[in-house]
Amino acid sequence: MKALVWHGTQDIRCDSVPDPEIEDPRDAIIKVTSCAICGSDLHLYDHFMPGMQKGDILGHETMGEVVEVGSAAKGALKVGDRVVIPFTIFCGECDQCKRGFYSVCERSNRNKAIADKVFGHSTAGLFGYSHLTGGYPGGQAEYLRVPFADKTHIKVPKGIPDEKLLFLSDIFPTGWQAAVQCEIEPNDTVAIWGAGPVGQMAVRSAVLLGAKQVVCIDRLPERLSMAAAGGAITINFEEESVVERLNELTGGKGPEKCIDCVGLEAHSTSTLDAMYDRAKQAMFLETDRPHVLREMIYVCRPAGVLSIPGVYGGLLDKIPFGAAMNKGLTFRMGQTHVNRWTDDLLRRIEEGQIDPSFVITHKVGLEDGPEMYKVFRDKQDGCIKVFIQP
Amino acid sequence: MANTLPRTALKGRSQSANDKLASGLGWFSIALGAAELFAPRALCRWLGMEGHENLIRAYGVREVATGVAILGSHDPQPWIWGRVGGDGLDLATLATGLHGDNPRKGNVMVAMAAVAGVTAIDVLCANGLTAEKGGPATAIADYSDRSGFPRGVEASRGLALDVQPQNRLTTPETQRAFPHAST
Repeated sequence: MKALVWHGTQDIRCDSVPDPEIEDPRDAIIKVTSCAICGSDLHLYDHFMPGMQKGDILGHETMGEVVEVGSAAKGALKVGDRVVIPFTIFCGECDQCKRGFYSVCERSNRNKAIADKVFGHSTAGLFGYSHLTGGYPGGQAEYLRVPFADKTHIKVPKGIPDEKLLFLSDIFPTGWQAAVQCEIEPNDTVAIWGAGPVGQMAVRSAVLLGAKQVVCIDRLPERLSMAAAGGAITINFEEESVVERLNELTGGKGPEKCIDCVGLEAHSTSTLDAMYDRAKQAMFLETDRPHVLREMIYVCRPAGVLSIPGVYGGLLDKIPFGAAMNKGLTFRMGQTHVNRWTDDLLRRIEEGQIDPSFVITHKVGLEDGPEMYKVFRDKQDGCIKVFIQP
Repeated sequence: MANTLPRTALKGRSQSANDKLASGLGWFSIALGAAELFAPRALCRWLGMEGHENLIRAYGVREVATGVAILGSHDPQPWIWGRVGGDGLDLATLATGLHGDNPRKGNVMVAMAAVAGVTAIDVLCANGLTAEKGGPATAIADYSDRSGFPRGVEASRGLALDVQPQNRLTTPETQRAFPHAST
C-alpha cells in the first residue's frame, strides 16, 4: 500500500510499504477513505518530538471502512462498518479508561517502559506519533491496523460526508475538551491563542458553550478571518499588544479563561522572551518555546483557568510560576480523551449545530502529502487544514 | 476549496504567471552566470573593461547560484529580490566603464540598458510574488464566510449548554466560586 513515511527531519515521502495485518485478536484493519495532516504532525516533521525512527508511518486523523476484524473484536465491529479512528488508542478496561481518561490509558502504549522513564508514568499509545507513544503505524495510508479496535473506534452513520466526520478523530474533540475543561460561564471572556485547526474548533466550542466573548490571537489574516467568521474578536499580535487589547476587552481585568492552541513551536516574535527561547533552543538548552504559556499566565484574570491542548514535548524555561501561584490559576491540560466526547459531538453534527468541514482549505491525494506538509508548515496558500483522500 | 490565489505549491512549485516568469529568470541567471564564468575575458574585452575578469567570474558564481536557488526553491520570491540586488551591483560595476577613454563605451551603455531592462522585469516579478505570497500584510485567502455554524453564530451561542454533567471535567468543589457569586 501507499503511505506517508517519515525519513528524517523535514523528509516525508509517499512510499510503498507492506499492507498491515491483524496482529492481535482485538485488532481490525480499515481501508482509509480520508485522513488529514494535524498541526501536531508538524512537530514530527520538524523533529521536535523525540522517539521517531526512519520508516515510521505518520497520521492520526483517519477514518474509513472496516475490511478485517480480529476474533476478539467481532462483537463490536464487523466488515463494512464505517468508523472514525480516535488518535488515542485505548483498552477500555484499565483504571484510567474506566474513568473516561482514555488519553492516559495504562495499557495501550507498547513502549510503556520508555514513556515511564520520560514522563514518570506512561500515557496512551497514539497512532503515528513516535515510539514514545507506542510506535504504532499511522493512518496517512491506504490501510490502517487499529489495535484495541473493539474500543478504539467511533462508529459513524452512512450518508454524512467524510469531511464533516473526520475531525471527530482529533481536532474537534480537542478544541471541545479545551473549552469544556475551562468550565465556561455565560459572562466569561475566553481568549484563545492560535487560530490553527484546533484553535478554530476551540472558538466554535466556546461559542457553543455560551461564552459571552471569545477572542482569538494569531498573526495570519486568513486564519483570523476564519476565527472571526466563527464569532471571535481577533487580535493580530504583530499589529497590537495582546495584553493591552485583552485588558481593554475585559475592563482591565483580563480574560477568565485562556486556551493555548499553539504549544511548543510558538512563532518567534520580537519579544525578549521569544528571542531567549530561540537562542536556548539553538544551544539545546531548552526543548520548547513557551511564549504563549507565559503570556497566558500574565494576562489571565486571578482565579482563572488556563487550558492547554497545545502540545508540549519536554522542558520549558522561565515559566512565571510565582504569578500563576499567587493568582490562583487552575491549569487544565492533556491529550484529548477523544471517545469521552464523540457521542455528544456526533449528535451535534447530525443535528446541524456545527459543520466541522469549514476548516478544510486543501484537498489532495496521498501522493501530494509530502508537499502539503511543507505548505501547511509554511502556512502557504492560506493553508489551514489539509484533507487527504488516499 | 479556499478562495486562494493560484499559489498551490504542489509538486514543489506553483504555476502562477509570476512563478513561470521566476522560472524563466532562473534559467536566464544560470545562462548569464555560465557566460560570466567561462568567458570573462571575452566579456571584458567587449566592454573595454580588461582587468575585471576575476570580478566577472565572481558575478558568474553569484548568477548561477541565484538561478539554481530560484529553480530549486519552493518559494523563489526572496531569490528574485536577490537578483534585483545583483542587478544593482552589475549596473554599478558597468558604470565604472563609462569613463571617457574607454573606446567601447557604447557597448557598456548597451549592456547597462539591457541590465536595466532585466532589473525592471525582476522587480515586476518580485513584486508579483510578494503580493501572491501572503503574510501579515497581505491575506491570500479570505475565510470570512466559514463560520462552521449552519444556523449562524448568534443562533449557535449556548447551544451546548445541555452538556451532561458526566461530559464535563469539573473543578474540585474546594476551588469553585461560591454559588451566590456565580453568574
